[in-house]
Amino acid sequence: MKFYRSHILVGINETSLLAGVENFIVALRAELAKHNLQEEINILETGPLGFFGRGICLSVYPENVSYQDVKAEDIPELVEEHFLKGRPVTRLMLDATGKFTPKLNYQNRIVLRNSGIIDPESIDEYIGAGGYEAWEKALVRMQPMEIVSEVRKSGLQGRGGAGFPTGVKWSFTAPIDAPQKYVVVNADEGEPGTFKDRLIMEGDPHQLLEGVMICARAVGASKAWIYIRGEYKLCIERLQKAIDQCREYGIIGKNIFDSGFDLDIAIKIGAGAYVCGEETALIESLEGNRGNPRWKPPFPGVEGLWKCPTVVNNVETLANVPFIIKEGADAFRAHGTQDSTGTKVYTILGDVAHPGLCEVDMGTTLRTIINDYAGGMKKGFRFKAALVGGAAGVFLPERMLDVNMDYASLKHYAAVLGSGAILVMNEHQSIVDMLWSILRFFRHESCGKCAPCRNGCQQLYRLITKIKKGEGTMEDVDLMVTISETMFSTSFCALGQSPVMVIRSAVEYFKDEFIAITKK
Amino acid sequence: MYKEICTKYTPDKDNLICILHEIQDSHPQHYISEEAVQTVAEYLDLPPNHIYGVLTFYTMYSTKPRGKNIIRLCESPPCYIKGSENILRKLRELLGVKTGETTKDGVFTLELCACLGVCGNAPVMMVNNDVYGDLTEERVEEIIARIRRGNQ
Repeated sequence: MKFYRSHILVGINETSLLAGVENFIVALRAELAKHNLQEEINILETGPLGFFGRGICLSVYPENVSYQDVKAEDIPELVEEHFLKGRPVTRLMLDATGKFTPKLNYQNRIVLRNSGIIDPESIDEYIGAGGYEAWEKALVRMQPMEIVSEVRKSGLQGRGGAGFPTGVKWSFTAPIDAPQKYVVVNADEGEPGTFKDRLIMEGDPHQLLEGVMICARAVGASKAWIYIRGEYKLCIERLQKAIDQCREYGIIGKNIFDSGFDLDIAIKIGAGAYVCGEETALIESLEGNRGNPRWKPPFPGVEGLWKCPTVVNNVETLANVPFIIKEGADAFRAHGTQDSTGTKVYTILGDVAHPGLCEVDMGTTLRTIINDYAGGMKKGFRFKAALVGGAAGVFLPERMLDVNMDYASLKHYAAVLGSGAILVMNEHQSIVDMLWSILRFFRHESCGKCAPCRNGCQQLYRLITKIKKGEGTMEDVDLMVTISETMFSTSFCALGQSPVMVIRSAVEYFKDEFIAITKK
Repeated sequence: MYKEICTKYTPDKDNLICILHEIQDSHPQHYISEEAVQTVAEYLDLPPNHIYGVLTFYTMYSTKPRGKNIIRLCESPPCYIKGSENILRKLRELLGVKTGETTKDGVFTLELCACLGVCGNAPVMMVNNDVYGDLTEERVEEIIARIRRGNQ
């Protein structure tokens, strides 16, 4: 193995590709060679770096210096100053004062432990980082029911939204005697403000595949589908490459590792429908239908894709599984709280100093996430609210900043944990305006199957538009709450049951704003 | 032409969404015509109304001819709060069209869409397969001008 003095990690993602990162790397390599540094400084093309800078972003180790918006013309200065003379270029740093470096917290990561470190397009690097050891263990040294009970013991809960215990879900499907069973990965991420699954897939596609394999083995499925949204081009490309590499290495296919177990994994591309994040709607879509949700029961675990028992899991959920199998349930339980085990991946957006991506233990407070990982509020802005969980989320006011982010502490708001989206709003932004945008979204995305959601979303949008214009009354506000409560108790699927949380939290915590605007 | 695309896939209903994607991508006007619906229906042995139902359910498909470049501006809350409405106004002004319309020269179609999952760089739009983030009115002007030049 070769050793280098410094490593330059270059984040390859949608943003940097657009900024011409490919040519940039060629130029950077040439410049390093010009100074005869190619044996000392290594360039690594990798996934998300943990912060969302503009343009091309770099992280340099072991110095832990992060640069953003680096352009081709900055290369000579960067190489000469930083890599030759050892003086980081302050003007290009993520925080131009040089004071803040995002807390990357690698030692506490599970899902993102390789993200931003290894080359996501290389199976060898994944294996070098201990990848596929869990798969080998699960396939050769464990019985399917042992895998299920280990996952059950870990306390892992679904990271898609509902927070259903993963091991329990698997235990419904595993014992069923059926000629064909399926595993379906829900990668149809569509919750506004949410893109942790995209970053997980872009940063470490093999870890997701390993999770899929272990799940397939546990429940006895010989075919797995990854249902991914059509817009995630880079993810699709990287996952396909990863699947091809696995086939080539004999990690999937027929009679894997002489175990007698067969598995094939394939990608299916969605076509743009928020409701397809609901597992039964997703199955309908996979079968080539409109994405209308199905009646439950029977649950997909018993009767899912083409009426076969099907386990549907979110990307982040499955990405946790290799760690649990390799290190054991207790190692997983060492993270998080008694009721909410493990870690959670969040994306922090809005008026914070450094929007970014982080993975923290369950139960970490919102304040810690915002201050330690995102550098606090942007200069000159005051915190007003955080919209946690996207459109199907809740507004949390300042006095809720110290709430622990776990299923037990958030209680009836627990569903918002799944998406991991934290959108920070400043004191000049209007909750009413934001709520209008959210309800417009629901009105557009309601699939139209059931009346409460179809008509309810329309009426909610009508009321909030009236309120936003200053023509509403407090009775209209109350009516919105009543309608959304009715939708909660009568809608067919989670989509129609969602608006109640965001409306109730807006009205409860920011009542003054509604009073002010209805008095106009 | 449509038949050729169909036969790349086995005649199973679950291939419908992929077939429709490919038909739409291969059409210079990025849409799925009635003729295409008929061909797919015959190939998969499904009633045309099933195809039409699927086609109109998903936002990525169009039943109407569209421009050479499709602009999809995100209108979801994270982009909205970062001023996507101003970007929309600017785009309408630059292109001289309303939302959902195509420019007279057939170069652009302006559409709105839901969250594209690039919220770290809000406001965001996609032009065909490329994502453009951190949009400002000036940047939008540049992007449109660049694509226009490329199309001449």
